[in-house]
Amino acid sequence: MTEEIIIAGFGGQGVLSVGKILAYSGIMKDMEVSWMPSYGPEMRGGTANVTVILSDDRISSPILNEFDTAIILNQQSMDKFEPHVKKGGVLLYDSNGITRHPVRTDISVYVVEAAAEAARMASAKTFNMIVLGAFLKLKPIVNLEHVIKGLEKSLPKRHHHTIPMNREAIQRGMEIVKPFEMGVTI
Amino acid sequence: MEVKEIIRQENMVYQRSSLLTSKPFSYCPGCGHGTSNRLVAEVIEELGIQNDTIGVAPVGCSVLIYDFIDIDFSQAPHGRAPAVATGIKRVLPEKVVFTYQGDGDLAAIGTSETIHACNRGENITIIFVNNGIYGMTGGQMAPTTLPGMKTSTSPYGREVATMGTPLKITEMIAHLDGVNFVSRQAVHTPAAVRKAKKAIRAAFECQINKKGLGFVEIVSNCNSGWKMTPVKANQWMEENMFPFYPLGDIKVDGKLVKTL
Amino acid sequence: MKEFLLMKGNEAIAEAAIRAGADAYFGYPITPQSEIMEYLMTEKATERTGMVVLQAESELAAINMVYGAAGTGKKVLTSSSSPGISLMQEGISYIAGAELPCVIINVVRAGPGLGTIQPSQADYFQSVKGGGHGDYRLIVLAPSSVQEMADFVPLAFDLAFKYRNPALILSDGVIGQMMEKVELFKPIPRTEQFDQSWVITGKTPDRKANVITSLDLEPLPMEKHNHHLQAKYKKMEDEEVRFEEIMCDDADYIMVAYGSSARICSKALQLARAKGVKVGLLRPITLFPFPKVRIAELAQRVKGMLSVELSAGQMVEDIRLAVNGKIPVEHYGRFGGMVHSPSEVLEAFEKIFIKN
Repeated sequence: MTEEIIIAGFGGQGVLSVGKILAYSGIMKDMEVSWMPSYGPEMRGGTANVTVILSDDRISSPILNEFDTAIILNQQSMDKFEPHVKKGGVLLYDSNGITRHPVRTDISVYVVEAAAEAARMASAKTFNMIVLGAFLKLKPIVNLEHVIKGLEKSLPKRHHHTIPMNREAIQRGMEIVKPFEMGVTI
Repeated sequence: MEVKEIIRQENMVYQRSSLLTSKPFSYCPGCGHGTSNRLVAEVIEELGIQNDTIGVAPVGCSVLIYDFIDIDFSQAPHGRAPAVATGIKRVLPEKVVFTYQGDGDLAAIGTSETIHACNRGENITIIFVNNGIYGMTGGQMAPTTLPGMKTSTSPYGREVATMGTPLKITEMIAHLDGVNFVSRQAVHTPAAVRKAKKAIRAAFECQINKKGLGFVEIVSNCNSGWKMTPVKANQWMEENMFPFYPLGDIKVDGKLVKTL
Repeated sequence: MKEFLLMKGNEAIAEAAIRAGADAYFGYPITPQSEIMEYLMTEKATERTGMVVLQAESELAAINMVYGAAGTGKKVLTSSSSPGISLMQEGISYIAGAELPCVIINVVRAGPGLGTIQPSQADYFQSVKGGGHGDYRLIVLAPSSVQEMADFVPLAFDLAFKYRNPALILSDGVIGQMMEKVELFKPIPRTEQFDQSWVITGKTPDRKANVITSLDLEPLPMEKHNHHLQAKYKKMEDEEVRFEEIMCDDADYIMVAYGSSARICSKALQLARAKGVKVGLLRPITLFPFPKVRIAELAQRVKGMLSVELSAGQMVEDIRLAVNGKIPVEHYGRFGGMVHSPSEVLEAFEKIFIKN
């Protein structure tokens, strides 16, 4: 099994860190992982994206132009990455700030209202964990316990008190993810 | 009377340092480098640190010092001696490390390494021989060349308007907190040699006592480059170099002792 | 149980330097490799092992600090990225000339000039042909994973001390910035088990003074010294070639690629094989010494080779020298900071070798 994922959005949305947590979760399941960020001036306030690969085998290229799953968190990323989802692949997005919804019919499209949900949970920091939960509902390549172990590994000790909140956010994401219906205004 | 009977320990007033190799100095007759090399050798021997001292000799006439003093040396790229010395001292902090640099090396191409090693307060000793010219390469203008002074690249004299004024780098570095001892000396007369030796000794002691960087400038001649006889060169040095580069201690024990 | 960590390539290098028992690191910040010194400081390398970590005022100073410390026989390293490595070339030439061991890491970015901080492999010539002035070579290791970023640090030190020669780890922005699973080796105690007859640690009465120098004003001894260096480089070519072959046994065509480009090619290989095209990958691990003998052997039985590099084509020249006209050797690669995708590589391969 190999899952090739692009996570893309604005810098500050936790794009790189959610990718890192996913990669760490893969290690907890004894998988091979790679995490390749866009880096440089792009990172400073602009768009940020990261390619994450989890695989049972040695990972070939950390840089890809086609993905099994695209997790899209802003409009620029939608424009850039929608065409690069493999046929039959998955596009998961948060509709907040999206003005042009996906148009492809040869892929499965899902929506997670993570920004809205994070606002309801009164914690902006849970945003990316809600997105992660939604992804794991669609692609259960690692389970919640792997993620929690991954969080324990990747978070500095002083942030470990946030783990229960993150667990709740992931579970919330799993609950609220839904298929996108074309033509239905969200 | 046999020679052996005359040369007896109790009659000894001066002895060639045992740290000097058997190689005759290859400096031009009248050059101050030979005396400066000898003073460094004598100080190291008198302090008893020859087994623990590592010298750094960069590019120019000063590189030749490693042929004449029988201790471990590293040659350094042009201007980089303070960085090379930093590398040695940082991994061998208990050893004594010194650089022996000319003015082109220390004050032109190596300005950055000089200033930053001084500013970090590297616990090393810098011996800076300033003869106002590039000696080894054939007498080109140095940052320390005096206004109006003729060199092969300022054949009509150093023109301040286009070539700048001489750099008093010793005064510059005296202002840096990391530098503990700064002195400017000369080696053209027996009295000057004695003072220079005292300063060199103080700069090494500063390192041994872990007080910070010790820096000694030796204003010297380059009679070949200046195209003068040795006697004339020393006279010219006294008349022209010393007013611009006044001799004496500048900073002692971390305190400026001279108004700059 | 094995412990795996998720680390950036740059962090893995830094942690490996601490564990490899490095005595000193001297460096100057430059993207995309600044994490190396940041990690050494954050992870308190000095407290952990006594290792010296010093931020120099420039790459010029950094490489000369390396030169000074290496002369004492200590394990010393520096890291930089392309423009900084260019600045270091004078010092590297001196270090090679004076025959000092040290490790240099280049996390390559695109040039020429200030270029961009995005990945590139355009420093190949500079790395494998010497780089500075004079006839000399560096041992050049090309990691293609975060694991190799870690593992090549002690390997580079071993080779550097074995040959008294600088060893360069030639990485790039992809390998430096990406995170992968890495298993770290156990800390190696700082050791001085090598010939120390040449080091400058203070002349004791039982030996002659040592002078670290590359200077000899007389040309005849200088020529002799150069012959000695050449013999050393020849020995490296005979004994230290390292490479990896992927699906070369039945291949009709071979792609040759190193570092990040080799990773991309290994994916292109899968895509090609899925289409029934028999392509293999030869990944040089040492770029100097170059696996020219193996390439010449493979040239006896394949139809063509494609050098895939993030440059305008540099390693392709060495492949052509090895192949010596026997089969067509072509180059493909994006450059200037752009990175080719696996499908672009496959497309280029098909255009060059299949469709014609």
